[in-house]
Amino acid sequence: MSDKNALVPGSDRSTALDLGGSTKDFVTATIGKQMFGIPVLTVQDVLGPQRITRIPLAPPEVAGSLNLRGRIVTAIDVRKRLGLRNKEVEDPGMSIVVDQGGELYSLMVDQVGEVLSVPQNAFERNPATLDPRWREFSDGIFRLEKNLLVILDVTRLLDFAGSVKQAG
Amino acid sequence: MDDLLSEFLTETSESLSTLDVELVKLEQNPNDPDILSNIFRLVHTIKGTCGFLGLPRLEAVAHAGENVLGKIRDGELIVTPDAVTLVLESIDTIKYLLSELETNETEPAGNDADLIARLNYFADTGNLPAAGENIPTAAASVSPPRPEIFLAPEPKSEPEPEPEPVVEAPKAPAAAAKPPSAPKTQAVQAAAPAQDAGAKADPHVRNEAKESSVAAQTIRVNVELLENLMTLVSELVLTRNQLLQMVRGKDDSEFTVPLQRLSHITTDLQEGVMKTRMQPIGNAWAKLPRIVRDLALEMGKKIDLQMIGADTELDRQVLELIKDPLTHMVRNSADHGLEDIQGRRDVGKPETGTVTLNAYHEGGHIIIEISDDGRGLNVARIKAKAVSNGLVSEGELESMSDQQIHQFIFKAGFSTAEKVTSVSGRGVGMDVVRTNIEKIGGTVELKSVEGRGSTFIIKIPLTLAIVSALIVESGGERFAIPQISVLELVRASSNSEHSIERIHDTPVLRLRNRLLPLVTLKKILGLDETGESDVDEEAFIVVAQVGTYSFGIIVDRVFDTEEIVVKPVAPILRDLSLFSGNTILGDGSVIMILDPNGIATRTGEITVGGGQGVESKAKSESTDRQTTSMLVFRAGGNEVRAVPLALVARLEEIDVESIEYSNGRPLVQYRGKLMPLVFIDGAYQMKTEGRQPTLVFQDRERTMGLVVDEIVDIVDDVLNVELTSDRDGLVGSAVVDGKATDLIDAGYYLELAFSDWFGTEETTGEKKKVLLVDDSPFFRNLLTPMLSVSGFKVTSVESAEQAIELKNNGAIFDAIISDIEMPGMNGFEFAESLQNDEAWGEVPIIALSSHTSEEDFERGRRAGFSDYVAKFDREALVSTLIQTLAAV
Repeated sequence: MSDKNALVPGSDRSTALDLGGSTKDFVTATIGKQMFGIPVLTVQDVLGPQRITRIPLAPPEVAGSLNLRGRIVTAIDVRKRLGLRNKEVEDPGMSIVVDQGGELYSLMVDQVGEVLSVPQNAFERNPATLDPRWREFSDGIFRLEKNLLVILDVTRLLDFAGSVKQAG
Repeated sequence: MDDLLSEFLTETSESLSTLDVELVKLEQNPNDPDILSNIFRLVHTIKGTCGFLGLPRLEAVAHAGENVLGKIRDGELIVTPDAVTLVLESIDTIKYLLSELETNETEPAGNDADLIARLNYFADTGNLPAAGENIPTAAASVSPPRPEIFLAPEPKSEPEPEPEPVVEAPKAPAAAAKPPSAPKTQAVQAAAPAQDAGAKADPHVRNEAKESSVAAQTIRVNVELLENLMTLVSELVLTRNQLLQMVRGKDDSEFTVPLQRLSHITTDLQEGVMKTRMQPIGNAWAKLPRIVRDLALEMGKKIDLQMIGADTELDRQVLELIKDPLTHMVRNSADHGLEDIQGRRDVGKPETGTVTLNAYHEGGHIIIEISDDGRGLNVARIKAKAVSNGLVSEGELESMSDQQIHQFIFKAGFSTAEKVTSVSGRGVGMDVVRTNIEKIGGTVELKSVEGRGSTFIIKIPLTLAIVSALIVESGGERFAIPQISVLELVRASSNSEHSIERIHDTPVLRLRNRLLPLVTLKKILGLDETGESDVDEEAFIVVAQVGTYSFGIIVDRVFDTEEIVVKPVAPILRDLSLFSGNTILGDGSVIMILDPNGIATRTGEITVGGGQGVESKAKSESTDRQTTSMLVFRAGGNEVRAVPLALVARLEEIDVESIEYSNGRPLVQYRGKLMPLVFIDGAYQMKTEGRQPTLVFQDRERTMGLVVDEIVDIVDDVLNVELTSDRDGLVGSAVVDGKATDLIDAGYYLELAFSDWFGTEETTGEKKKVLLVDDSPFFRNLLTPMLSVSGFKVTSVESAEQAIELKNNGAIFDAIISDIEMPGMNGFEFAESLQNDEAWGEVPIIALSSHTSEEDFERGRRAGFSDYVAKFDREALVSTLIQTLAAV
């Protein structure tokens, strides 16, 4: 679906990091103790706990699908996708809804935090020693005062075909 | 107005408004190749279309304009304001011609030689013809002396020596001295050279204000946008239904009135949006008059084709899908239904037969009636054919109404046409029609009065966007199964008529004297978390049908049916073949829609029938060719034995005490008849008490029980007989499920039971000779004894090449049975090669194949096969053989 014809307008997507500006805005999310950032313009919605329909036989990272105002959204368990262990305490968590090629995906995280404007000069490339899976999904790191913000590359995070090949 | 013409007008008006804008842009950026090529393309398209539609005057103007643009594009001319002016003028002329076309549907008389000459002159020289230059037709349009008043804003301005007519003739002098064709655009240019050439502002002599009323009434909208709208509206409808459900029964709800309003508006909106996708059914009928005319000539009939309600509209998608069935049915009516001239005279009907097509709306459906005033269906002949095809017994026919008997024409391979004509009567047809119509959720009804004619009534839904689905639950999740593929629901429990039985771990259900394979939804979806595949004593079974294959799906619960909007699944889930989509239910939850096709494939059964993509078809063919379902059992000793499951009619457990002996042979009373029991070999010892598992083989009216020790499993495996056997009753050995397994020769045991019991059934007279061509030793070994038992003399060869060798050696057969897929020459090629053969050209060939889709039937018939039998359907094979031989 092209945005021109979308009745529910999608936001402008700019997944690639533009390093020209002085600050960048990210929606922050935490999984476990790690903070992640998703470029604010790719984000459509932030959701609380949702009723999710399981999809049998789907890849394990696909948690299921849910109804967002009449559109079907595929829920991705980012924890599993990043190879993290399951939560110790069962808690409903939150989701960030992104638009990828006209399809909506809901990225399930533990917590969604505020929108941060981070200075461009705090950007670092992925450390070479980073877990390969994380390196694949991370666009780079921002040094914040107290912690590090890992920028998620939504396109690659949702490219299941590619990572299946890698895993295999 | 002619559709083509009005479409052309709409399209061209659009192009023209674009052109106006583009040309002005070009004037400002004369060197922009993009704009230029865009303009060129637009004019070129107009020219091309005019030529196609036979509009010479329009074409000539467009051609001349294109010439100029072409030169500019190629860099031979440069863009000057007068070039643009000239091109704009040609476009105005085009507009004028179009408006005339719209009012009169023909080009106005006259020509544009003047304009064309100037365009050509410009194309050749790059200048506008100067005054007095010798272009006779253009003389009038040369630049007039520049009127000073018009330059008033710049009083000091001197007339430029070279008349670059950026500012040119105003109306007054033009009106005085010029023909009306030139001044308009010039004036506009003068006033605002940089602006859109708003030709309308100019009080032009021509009927410019009309611009194009056709164009103004239509807009072009991306189909995708319409689809989106449709989806949203469908959602709205579902939500509305949900709300209505909630307030139903509450008389005094404050919501009642507003809801009613909402309901009305939603309905109107749905209709409105639906209309945007609608096309008149006449589009699907367009080809029919020609087809009927040709047919009438060929058959020597007089046929009047009446088409009523051609403007009845239906969904574009539905329209596409019914086009072919409709054509087929009209052909049928004209060919089979109507008598020829003599025949009609004889029964006192007018010479000209009538085929009537009538389409109309009725309660959310489209009804299409196809009726003829011909001879009607011949009940007697249908009866005879039904009996000879083995569809029904004479006794059953007695109790059937004519209406029920008519329904037989929808069965596969059923044609009562005495002879096959070039148009119909090949016995494929009405079943395909019915399948296609049912695929889109429609129904076909048939009314026929012998001697008076027949009427087919097709009822199809207006749209495919909303389908009805059965909601079921399995493993705690709900799923939707499209209602179209659901045949029935069966509730099974141990103490009811229907109970689930198991063969090893495979559940099956007896349903009306047939064994229905069952799949547990929980299991195939991997929702069986306990790992226990225990089916509860009580279960719901959804009997589904895919093509001709029916199977049962065991689910935990069955809810209601709901209207759902099918939505495609996310791309990352596309490879899950078990789902055809997902949807949002009335309560807002998302549920997956099961694809019965996918489930059937998953359970090892190939998909039959058309409608699949080429790719999936090829895939199923390759797997299908290799695996066979085998029933694995033990009898007399530890070695495992196997028999193709398809040969086994039923599995029974026989109480040893109920076994009786007659003439020293064991038999049981089974279903009101005596069933002989045979043992795997002479040394076999039955149990002395308890129950004994028995495989029941059935051959038409006769049944035989093979007593075994234990039924082990049903295995789908590649069947490859590796060691052939000399021992009676064994075909050979094969690896089945990783174990060496003896394959028993069912034919041998049948012979054992019947020849002894009923006496050898030697047919009187000479045995008919049958040639069996099959590359699989298994089938040769299986079919040869079986056909022998049925009274044929069988010769078997393993390839078409060998068969041809036999032919060349002068062998004579009464019939040939041939496999389709064979290495080397395949069955189709084999049949084709025999079609015009001197020796064997008349010998009927029966195709034997595991593929029994419609295309296969059709292809087989084209290749010259006289019939087509599914590979495991022994009964059909024998009956077809008998029938075919009787016909020769």
